[in-house]
Amino acid sequence: MSTIYLDNNATTRMADEVAALMRDNLALYGNASSMHSLGRDAYSGIDWAREMCASLISSDKDEILFTSGASESNNTVFNTARELIDAGSKRDRIVTTTIEHPSIIETVKYLKSLGYRIDECPVDREGRLRLDDFERLMGPDVLLVSIMTGNNETGTIQPVGEAARLAHACGALVHSDATQAIGKIPVSVKDLDVDYLSLSAHKFYGPKGVGVLYVRKDSPISPFVHGGHQEAGLRAGTYNNLGIIGLGEAARLARENLAQEHDALWAMRERLRKGIEERIPEVVINGCQEHCLPGTLNVSFPGAEGESILLYLDLEGIEVSTGSACATGSLEPSYVLLAGGLDVELAHGSIRFSLGRYNTMDEVDTVIEKLPPIIERVRAMSTRRK
Amino acid sequence: MSTSFMAQWVYTDTVKDHFMNPRNLWKEGEDFQPDGVGEVGSLACGDQMRVGIKVKDGKISDLRWLTYGCASAIASTSMMSTLAIGMSLEEAYHLTPQMIMEALGGLPEHKFHCSVLGDKALRAAIDDYLEKTGQDNPFKARVARIICECKGITDVQIEELVKSGKCLTFDQLSAETGCSTVCGKCRGEIISTLEELKHIYGKD
Repeated sequence: MSTIYLDNNATTRMADEVAALMRDNLALYGNASSMHSLGRDAYSGIDWAREMCASLISSDKDEILFTSGASESNNTVFNTARELIDAGSKRDRIVTTTIEHPSIIETVKYLKSLGYRIDECPVDREGRLRLDDFERLMGPDVLLVSIMTGNNETGTIQPVGEAARLAHACGALVHSDATQAIGKIPVSVKDLDVDYLSLSAHKFYGPKGVGVLYVRKDSPISPFVHGGHQEAGLRAGTYNNLGIIGLGEAARLARENLAQEHDALWAMRERLRKGIEERIPEVVINGCQEHCLPGTLNVSFPGAEGESILLYLDLEGIEVSTGSACATGSLEPSYVLLAGGLDVELAHGSIRFSLGRYNTMDEVDTVIEKLPPIIERVRAMSTRRK
Repeated sequence: MSTSFMAQWVYTDTVKDHFMNPRNLWKEGEDFQPDGVGEVGSLACGDQMRVGIKVKDGKISDLRWLTYGCASAIASTSMMSTLAIGMSLEEAYHLTPQMIMEALGGLPEHKFHCSVLGDKALRAAIDDYLEKTGQDNPFKARVARIICECKGITDVQIEELVKSGKCLTFDQLSAETGCSTVCGKCRGEIISTLEELKHIYGKD
């Protein structure tokens, strides 16, 4: 049975070009910090990757900091804010949203438990930040604002540029976690006007365990990992040569393919959405349809529970994810869907289809064929049967 | 030689079989007239079961069920049905989640408490049958287990209070029954029983 992988927001398959470049450079073992030739060879690979990442997000090369991924990048930004506050900054409040990635949500919980002042701005029914609510949270005491570019569960694109203007008007620093947006929509640190931006290679066909924190020139930043002079002393640890080179190639491909990739993803996503709406009664499409990452489709099937749907699909070789509590490992379903005001039952019955570069229209058609009988079957078994 | 990595499916083969081919499912439009019906769980926690039983000569002669829930909820209710049919009411009343889990060849730890509710739905159906037919319920008291030894408070008492919504916190329960007010060593078990029951009855 062939696999139809529709969980690209969780992670992506490495691009063939990325895998080939990494394979070709397996012997590049020099320590990029060394002065000898082997070290310099490794350094030049890293330097090239830095250039690729900078041009992907329209930054300067020396504004790119390599990390282990977006979770570390996000933590580094919040840790910087914490250190500024500890050092007596007059600005001592952080503003973020209720729908961020767990690497921010959990960091916020932790910092709040230590007494730091953090506000989480709510989102509307489409999962989009409410700018009027956000504006009310601005003030001269705001140090940092953090808003994701596009949401991982609903695909909803946030008004980061508009929020950044409001935040900068009162002198705050602005961070955006662009992990899900990279390679799908244009992401420019200049257009978004952000001071920090996080991204992760494995979400756009690069290897796992490597990412970037963009830090605008002259913006404050403190090391999160201490112990070495790498990255101008801001991030210790011997360079992950292969990972960084793979990230560079993924960044190069993302930039080169952006326009066509966006259109191809959106065409598949829309065909899937229409197919589901035509063939399955009573479905609810979650998130904002106007401002949406092109490959993400989040659907709730009332009367059917998400894990069951996911596993019946898995038995057909179709791989998706769900916002059901069963998948979150707690008793609560997806906090992102609940934050948008979705009914608990609909959150339990939600399925996220996330398309990627290697999906095809034929695969989408197969899903449209296989899904309706599964939903019908799960609903027929359910205590919610009509 | 290269090492390859192939995982087992997320559940055991028996769970998979019952998930794919559920037994004694209450089919739509089926002419099944139950003598007793029980329902437990809630949509808020993502698991809900309904069980209908037919009783003949003091035995469960037939059973149908419906489940809104995850794969282990579906499989465990299906397995419960195969175990319960043919049992005397007394045996059926004493069917435990452990027996269902063992018959399924095991379940992941975090699934055990939230998804194995079939036995509770079955007990609710037996209660319903006995009540409807005007018979005494000889089982209720007998399955009760004392949790607070000092005050003699049982799980059945706690269950009734949670089910009715009267006590949903430890403090309320303690004020109502006096449990855990003497030696206090049952506090942990009272809290975990309370949380489990709140989950089962959708009071969380």
